[in-house]
Parts: sequence; structure tokens; C-alpha cells
Amino acid sequence: MSRISTGSWWQIVWLLLPVLVTLFAVAGWPLFRTIWFSFTDASLANLDHYTFVGLENYLVRYQNQWFGLLADSVWWNAVYNTLFFTVVSVAMETVLGVAIALTLHKTFPGRGWVRAAVLIPWAIPTIVSARMWSWMLHDQFGVINDLLILCGLISEPLAWTADPDLSMWAVILVDVWKTTPFMALLTLAALQMLPKELFEAAKVDGVSTIKTFWKVTLPLIAPGVMVAVVFRALDALRVFDLIYVLTANSTATMSMSVFARQQLVAFQLVGYGSAASTMLFMVIALCTVIFLYAGRHRFYQRF
Amino acid sequence: MLGGIVFISVFKVDFGLAISSLKIKKILTKIGFTIWLVCILIYCIFPFYYAIISSFKEGAELFQVDYWVKHWHWTNYLAVFEQQPFGINIINSIIVSTLVVFISLLLSVTAAYALGRREFYGRKTLLMVVLGVSMFPQVAVLSGLFELIQWLGLYNHLGSLILSYLIFTVPFTVWVLTTFMQQLPLEIEEAAIMDGARPRHMIFNVFLPLLWPALVTTGLLAFIAAWNEFLFALTFTLSEHQRTVPVAIALISGASQHELPWGIIMAASVVVTVPLIVLVLIFQRKIVAGLTAGAVKG
Repeated sequence: MSRISTGSWWQIVWLLLPVLVTLFAVAGWPLFRTIWFSFTDASLANLDHYTFVGLENYLVRYQNQWFGLLADSVWWNAVYNTLFFTVVSVAMETVLGVAIALTLHKTFPGRGWVRAAVLIPWAIPTIVSARMWSWMLHDQFGVINDLLILCGLISEPLAWTADPDLSMWAVILVDVWKTTPFMALLTLAALQMLPKELFEAAKVDGVSTIKTFWKVTLPLIAPGVMVAVVFRALDALRVFDLIYVLTANSTATMSMSVFARQQLVAFQLVGYGSAASTMLFMVIALCTVIFLYAGRHRFYQRF
Repeated sequence: MLGGIVFISVFKVDFGLAISSLKIKKILTKIGFTIWLVCILIYCIFPFYYAIISSFKEGAELFQVDYWVKHWHWTNYLAVFEQQPFGINIINSIIVSTLVVFISLLLSVTAAYALGRREFYGRKTLLMVVLGVSMFPQVAVLSGLFELIQWLGLYNHLGSLILSYLIFTVPFTVWVLTTFMQQLPLEIEEAAIMDGARPRHMIFNVFLPLLWPALVTTGLLAFIAAWNEFLFALTFTLSEHQRTVPVAIALISGASQHELPWGIIMAASVVVTVPLIVLVLIFQRKIVAGLTAGAVKG
């Protein structure tokens, strides 16, 4: 890949200007305002009148007690929920996605149909899949309880989305269902780039299928799978719609995004909500920077 | 001599056994593989299949689990459009998604040309920034955007959604189009530069015709993302008539929390999902290509 370096600096500025202005207007400026609001006591009803309160939304000592976001147990619960959700669901998606990709990589009659079917969960809007699953997981009339009772796995219906011990698992189940196709497709793309001779050589040498997978396939597709994992993890950290629709504002499943929006919109506390948003932004920005830094060699090679 | 016969017979028996056990193993593997395939198929398809079945149920039928349609009732489908402005919600979604895709493609074509075909100081940093913005948590800009939208007088107006959706579509289209641009051979430009073409001509007369397949793929993926968006649509619109499809479906409610009209919700879900599934199946290969180009980063 080589590029033409003729043309003036002004020409390039003009070419980039539309995107730069747009990104500043919809991302840069709003982000700056959100961070600014987190140092104020602004309320949603009247965004024009507020006073600067410094770090009070984050942490303040008042009458010998700590207040603010960093002393809020509901917030820390949301942080824990988000991390738990991210780690567990991304891990499950990766294992399942790789398994499905290995299956689709084989040649068998009707492979095109199976590949198309795997895309279906991905094509369904998150809100729709959340509602479909909340119907399937319904405590009285749900098909999942019916199937589990039929198989003799449980003796009476479970309240999947209402029971605090189960609801996080229900959320993870739906997320895994929805996003495994993405993982499978990206892994499949990585698999298809591997040279066929490699596997023929392994076969000729009599290496077992399982050993070939662990010693040859996995190390070779690992970089591609890692990209998908990072992508999904950053996406899972900001999860909102699935949890909002499946379990509403229940504290058992509340994520950082759900917490921030509840403060901002439902309680109209723009200052406090912005502080939570800013913290979430910092967490994701930190993760993004780490991942980009770790992958910078590949990035520079490619571009 | 005898020893030799014994040896041969032993060998033969052994050989025969080896073949039959290999055959059994092969058949077992095949059966296992087929079962695994069926499991994958059921896992992927059953939830939507069940939503379709439920959407044709009426009244008390819903309170009984069935695995196929016993009676076809279209009442839920009629109710979706009668009890709320669902038709308008669909039109809203189409307007917003189409305009967002059109605007972001238009904006990003020139930037993708500069980023993919030209060499300049800070190019890689800029690509990193674009990638970083695509990872933005939407909630992080919520209060800032809310202020901006109020200031522009766009609250509870489709314009607010068109503006705010650019935050996730523009980085995506810039990124994917840049990678597509890079793959085109250098000779294309050399010939055009010899002829003294200006960047504007280069982009719109030389590159755009070559980029059509990429534009379709990128546009389709951006369209799906805009169609499915929920957080901004929920926050920036208020009245029923300004809602997009995801918000409308999420807010369908009954007399109480425990009396949700599940038949109607499932009918609405089926109505908006079938076109998406058809689109995705038609453009299957292109979508996979676009997803890989978009995600194979750094």
C-alpha cells in the first residue's frame, strides 16, 4: 500500500473538515459539556441555571459522613454488575462463537442455510430480542419454564427476570444469544484466512483433531478473535437497552449506563448523572487506550 | 508356515476389526455432528419462531405453551396499528435511518479519500481518534447532547435523532470506507492526476463508481444500527408520534405491569423484524465482508 503525497495541506483540511466538524458537534462538545455538568448542580428541568459545586457530585464530606458518587453503594453495585456482565457474557460468547465458527468452517450439505440461520439473532433489534426473551422467560406462561419442567430439570416455574438471584443470568443469556453470531462470523473470517496446507500437513503427520485445534488453529486465529473480544467487551461495558427492557430499573441488574440515565432523566439530577457518565466514559476510555496501545504495532502496519 | 498363516489370519482379523471400529467411529461422529448442527439451528431460530407463534394467539390461548400455530388469529396485527400510531413509528424509523445513512456517507466519503489515499502528518492519529469515538459510551454525551438539542430547538423532533445518531454512524462509515479505499490500486489515481483531475473530480468521478459495493454494505450496516438505536430515541422524544420503532415496542404496556399485551408486543416485533431478516439474508455475504472490514482493526 502506498499513498500519493501530493496536494496541499489546505486541500486535505478541506477534505477532512465535514467529518471533523460533525464529530466535534456531536461527540467532542457534548462530552465536554457532560464533564462540565458533573461539577455543577444542574437539573434537567432548567439547564440554564446552575452553580459550580466542584467535586461534590463525586465525593464530599458532610457532617462526618461521605456523600457523592464514590460513596454511593448503588453506584458501586452498578459498577460490579457491569463488570460481571461484561466478563461472563463475553467469555461465554467467545467460547460459543469459536465453536460455531469451527462448525461452519467444515463442509457439509446445507452449510449456506445454517450460516444464514446463525445471522438471524444478530439481525433482530436488541429491543425486540429483549421483549421476545422476556416473554419466553415469563414466570407463569413462559416456554423456557415449560421446557425445563418437561425435561424434569426444575419442579416449579422460576421467575427469571424478577428473582434477583436469576435476573443477571437471564440478561447474560439473552446477550449471549444476540451477540454470539458476531463472534462466530469474525472467528470464521479469521479461520478462512488460514492456509489449508497447514491442516493437511497436520493430518498427514497424524496429529489428532483436538491437538491440531489447540496447537495450530487456536494460536493462529487468536489475534483475530482477540479483536472481536475487545470490540465486544467495550460494547458490553456500555450496555443499556437490553437491561432497561428486560429488568427495568432493578438494582440486581442495573448497569453503569442504566444508573447514569436514571439519575439524569428519571431523577432529573444532571449534575450527579453527568458525574456517573463521566466515570463510565473514563473507564471505557482507559480500556480503549490500553487496547489501542497494545495493538498499535498491528495498527501501524496496516495503515 | 503355520506360523505364517496364524500371523496372516491374526493380521486379517485385526485389520477387519480396525476397519469396522473406524466405520462405527465415523458414523458416530457424523451423528454427533448432525445433532450439534440441529442444536445450533434450534438455538438460533427458535426464539423468533416462538415470537411468530405467539403473535397469532388470542386471549387465553397465550397462557398455554404451544409449539405450533393451532388457530391463525390476525387480531394482534390489527391491534398494533389501531391502538397506537405504529405506522407512523415505522415511517419515523425509516426517515431517521435513511437520512442518517445518507448524511454520514456523504460526509465520510471525502474524509475516507484523504485518510485512505493521501499521506499527511497526523493521519494515523486521526484514524485512532475516529476509532476512539466509535467506542464512545452513548450515555457519556447524553446530558451535553440534551443541552445542544434543546438549544437547537430539536427536542421531541426527529431532527434530534438524526443529529445524535451521527455519533455512531460517522466513525463507522469513515473507518470502513477508508479500509475499502486503501484496497484500490494506486494506478487509478496516477492516471487521473496525470490528466490534472482535482480531488473533487477524483472522488466523485473516479472513486465513487468503484466504491458502490462498499457504500451499499456500509450503508446497510449503518442503517441497521440507526434502526435499532434505543437510548437517544428514548431520551430525546416524548410524544407517541415522534417515537421510533424500538421505543414504541419497548413502551407498549397494558393496564398494569402484570398484564402486558404479549400477543400485540410479539406482533409488533415480527412486523419490524421480518424486513430486517430478509435484508440480512439477501446481503449476507456483503454484511459479513463489511463487519470484518469494520472490526479488523489495529
